[in-house]
Amino acid sequence: MNEIFNGILQAINLILTLNPEVVEITTRTLFISLSATFIGAIISIPIGGLINFKKFTGKRSLINLIQTLYSLPTVLVGLFVFLLLSQSGIFGDLRLLFTPTGMIIGQVILIMPILIGFTITALKSVGNDITDLSISLGASEFQAIYTIMREAKYAIMAAVILGFGRAISEVGVAIMIGGNIRGFTRVITTTISLETSKGNLEISIALGIILLGIALIINLLLNQIQEH
Amino acid sequence: MNSKIISAIIVIIIALIAVGAYAMNGGFQEKQILRISTTTSLEDTGLLDTLETAFENEHNNIDVQFISAGTGIAIKYAEKGDADMVIVHDKKKEQEFIDQGYGTKRYPFAYNYFYIVGPTNDPAKIKGITDATQAFEKIMQAGQASSSVKFVSRGDSSGTNSRELKIWNNTNANYNSSINGSSWYIETGKGMGDTLTIANEKSAYTLSDSGTYLAFKGNITLVPYLTTGKDLLNVYSAIAVNPDKIKGVNYNASMEFVDFLLSTEGQQLIGNYGKEKYEQTLFTPLYGKSEPG
Repeated sequence: MNEIFNGILQAINLILTLNPEVVEITTRTLFISLSATFIGAIISIPIGGLINFKKFTGKRSLINLIQTLYSLPTVLVGLFVFLLLSQSGIFGDLRLLFTPTGMIIGQVILIMPILIGFTITALKSVGNDITDLSISLGASEFQAIYTIMREAKYAIMAAVILGFGRAISEVGVAIMIGGNIRGFTRVITTTISLETSKGNLEISIALGIILLGIALIINLLLNQIQEH
Repeated sequence: MNSKIISAIIVIIIALIAVGAYAMNGGFQEKQILRISTTTSLEDTGLLDTLETAFENEHNNIDVQFISAGTGIAIKYAEKGDADMVIVHDKKKEQEFIDQGYGTKRYPFAYNYFYIVGPTNDPAKIKGITDATQAFEKIMQAGQASSSVKFVSRGDSSGTNSRELKIWNNTNANYNSSINGSSWYIETGKGMGDTLTIANEKSAYTLSDSGTYLAFKGNITLVPYLTTGKDLLNVYSAIAVNPDKIKGVNYNASMEFVDFLLSTEGQQLIGNYGKEKYEQTLFTPLYGKSEPG
């Protein structure tokens, strides 16, 4: 129990003194996870919209599949992307394994099912009557979709926040694709895992608290944006 | 907001991400990368950070990147061409790696000993035994006889795990039928630090490299019972990946790192490492001598 209390003290100390290594790791973590969330969102939201608005056979199975992938284990994504990016894999020549870019790619794949699935749910909850209404009012199909997207923006934003939460807190992709290289691909979660295996439990707890603090700030910011 | 502004913002953010990622991947620096896959036991002691800093100070055109994993996966990375060299501690796997043409030459540079550690009350009564095989046999017998005696195994194909299996195979027992799967034999599938923590919680015996044990000593109550002997010798060696077998590996930088490890300066760094932090050294450098045992 003592470790938890000391961890909190150490977290405060590391933040107040702006410990260079912590600042560096935190910046990297934020860059990678925010990039992954952003790229994931601009790919996934239109795909979610497309699936919701188009009628096609196998739609229900596809949605089921996407929802199943919410449970995609992070190490499995890590392994999959690792095999693709490895020198002996199809994309080996890009030399992206053990780089921050590789980690972003892994995290995008990891959070896409959540982003697509929750976008579909969000749009569904707005309902088809608005589509019909706006088309009857003379809107083009594109304008109708745009209107619904606007109506569903809060729910979609919630999906993005959830996606970011999964990206920043995961360790499987970060360790398999990043390799936890000091000063290069080391992020908060992989540092926690390393420091724990070194026996530095208090630093691990301190870093965990910092991660939660960041998540809090990001959520507050996104909520602010929502209000406007 | 109108859609043009949104599109513009999206494009700007993507451009920023692209530039940021390029910079983070080292795109703007002229350094060549030397990627070394290595074992968790070296990383957990903190030795790698010291070596990296010293080497980079002398070779400022090379960026050393350590990826630490168990010996099994560390060698796998190298075989797939994802690492330029390996630093590991499993002679048999190292030899296979070289025989299959992936590795060039094996350079042993330092050693220490595996420790057989266990709870202070020593329920299997291994205190005073000097032969690792005999100690394992006693733990097995005590484990079969009493539910309070347990042994925790890494179970992760690491160098430490390989050594543990080798010692079990030296005993009279058949590993697959009378050890693996027994109620007294627990596999963690985790790194050394985690395994020590679990062994500590369960008041169990385990095999640990001395470096990780010493680094963990403050957090656990397990004590070392056997700390030396031929069966427990733990030699670390460096092997550069063969550039003829795997294209694109940085052989020259690997050999510079090998030279550094074997240099007097490198050997002294390794030999003195741990004095401040753990009040004792963790590795014995070979200084060009052949490995003991």
